[in-house]
Amino acid sequence: MSATTTRKTSNDSRNVQNPPPVARKRNSLAKGHLPRWAVPGIAAASLILGAAASTLGGFSVATLAIYTAIVFVIASTVITTLVEGPRQGRNALATNLVYAAFLLALIPLASVLFTVLQKGLPGINTHFLFHSMNGITGAVDNASVEDGTPVLGGAYHAVIGTLLITLWSTVISVPVGMLTAIYLVEYGKNGPLARAITFFVDVMTGIPSIVAGLFATALFAVLLGPTARMGIVAAVALSVLMIPTVVRSTEEMLKIVPNELREAAYALGVRKWRTIAKVVIPTAISGIASGVTLAIARVIGETAPILVTAGLANNINVNVFGNWMATLPTFIYYQILTPTSPTNVDPSIQRAWAAALLLIIMVMVLNLGARLVAGLFAPKKGR
Amino acid sequence: MTTNALRRNGSKGQAGDKIFSGAALGAGILILATLLAVAIFLFIQALPTFTADPTLVSGGEGFLAYIFPIVIGTVIAAAIALLIATPVGIAVALFISHYAPRRLAAGLGYVIDLLAAIPSVIYGAWGYLVLAPALVPSFQWLAENLGFIPVFAGPASQTGKTILTAGIVLAVMVLPIITSLSREIFLQTPKLHEEAALALGATRWEMITMSVLPFARPGIISAVMLGLGRALGETMAVALVLSTGGLIPSLIKSGNQTIAAEIALNFPEAFGLRLAELIAAGLVLFVITLVVNLIARAIIARHKEFSGAN
Repeated sequence: MSATTTRKTSNDSRNVQNPPPVARKRNSLAKGHLPRWAVPGIAAASLILGAAASTLGGFSVATLAIYTAIVFVIASTVITTLVEGPRQGRNALATNLVYAAFLLALIPLASVLFTVLQKGLPGINTHFLFHSMNGITGAVDNASVEDGTPVLGGAYHAVIGTLLITLWSTVISVPVGMLTAIYLVEYGKNGPLARAITFFVDVMTGIPSIVAGLFATALFAVLLGPTARMGIVAAVALSVLMIPTVVRSTEEMLKIVPNELREAAYALGVRKWRTIAKVVIPTAISGIASGVTLAIARVIGETAPILVTAGLANNINVNVFGNWMATLPTFIYYQILTPTSPTNVDPSIQRAWAAALLLIIMVMVLNLGARLVAGLFAPKKGR
Repeated sequence: MTTNALRRNGSKGQAGDKIFSGAALGAGILILATLLAVAIFLFIQALPTFTADPTLVSGGEGFLAYIFPIVIGTVIAAAIALLIATPVGIAVALFISHYAPRRLAAGLGYVIDLLAAIPSVIYGAWGYLVLAPALVPSFQWLAENLGFIPVFAGPASQTGKTILTAGIVLAVMVLPIITSLSREIFLQTPKLHEEAALALGATRWEMITMSVLPFARPGIISAVMLGLGRALGETMAVALVLSTGGLIPSLIKSGNQTIAAEIALNFPEAFGLRLAELIAAGLVLFVITLVVNLIARAIIARHKEFSGAN
């Protein structure tokens, strides 16, 4: 970051413990060094210049940040080049750009989370959580806007649909995924079939979600006729997306189970399948559980496969084997794209953001839960 | 597994072994069969498009004329996403692996993974309601000052729902993929190479260009290819953000379309030949992403054999 620390760390190796800072004497042979206050000084100066430049063409926080960043990058590069030489100048430029890229990547994350919280919180209430959209028409929305009454209609049906469809896809993918991983690690022995499966599981990870949805539709269209749209079709589509994730994470976990455990079981005369079921899997179960949780978190937010498989419903449907179903992602999508009342879109937008907040809470809880499970109960590695 | 006189119950439990290994093998084969089935079922359902009278297909000039503009639209959106996400993603990976303080690095990696955890429909909603309106002034500035370049030809969209906005949203979604894969590779750089460069007096940037980047090049290429696969197939961001239309060169006017968004927007009302057409479009998308992913995975697989030889 600062030119002086850059010089210092580049002389030490990164992973060697730095000695406690001692007041070193300047070596007369070394070229000029920027003083320690140079970077904060340049930053302050560029902030002032940036503020001046942004007030010229309409002040806003965004332009202030952009101008300040540009001035800072140019100024610190030029000053470092003049004082410490062109090589250090290039180094300073690269350092600045790398830091800038990281900050840039944080902007959308912060903006998305902030927007969802800000716009979603007003819409979350018990009515929203425990009522479906059944009977909510454009007239109802118009009335609530004109009279200023609370927005009616909620996402209860979508929450139920999301949970059911995700549950069914988990029921399909976990056994298939785990058994495949067991085959790869315990039986495949890196033979041609095992290598082919590994390769195609990797390829499957890259299937676009909408193609998975189309596949499930096409499959059930051949079996049941062209208009078969129901929850289970969506669950099959999500399984296509979920299985590769489950396979990969289970495989990684089974691989780190120490071989001594297997050998000890074999030495006691235990059959291979009992060894796997009673020794190998229990050892790796926390990692497998966290991998499955991450896979669920991945598919719970999928929209495109649901659109083409389960359609959209406004009422509560708990039967995955019949009729259309709504899920939170499709609920958000349709509330934004085709608002319930085309003239007064605000109630629909409010419902969409509230549903988005619900969905993001679900995903974050699943993610954090997975990390917690993996961290707390991680198996001890061999050695 | 020869019978042993000492083991009187030698065959006990053998059935369990057979069932278990059979089930494991069956699950593995099921996965291969599924991938094959995806291709076959899509092809069966798409078949009417290829055999139908060309005048009946949307646009009236046959399937190729229908699919060509939206394939180009898909490629444009993915190209914008990669142009933005590749440099930023690599820089963020470098930041986490070589610049950030050691203790923060793991936590920062997790923050970037959070970007990948946010569902695509929420990115779509954010792009539609927050990003697109915020970009309108920039688009107008581009149209006024750089309008002579065809890609910035005005008049700029008043809503901001253009392919450039969609590309930016896609870039945000692709970024965590490129970052996490490149970070893995950067961390595998042989420590001795890095230390040798530093010992010769290289600055940190020179160390990175001399030892880290050459080592990681195949990994970066495959990371970008995987990001490309994701960008090509992403549906929601484009379906919500882009105000669709015919193929036009300008990136800041409403227009253009991608395959995934075309399917998502039209599928609910489609039936008969139109349905077959959309499934055929899905088949095209499947083939394109499959090729991209195969190339990426092949690069990774080849690289794996060298990376052990440090």
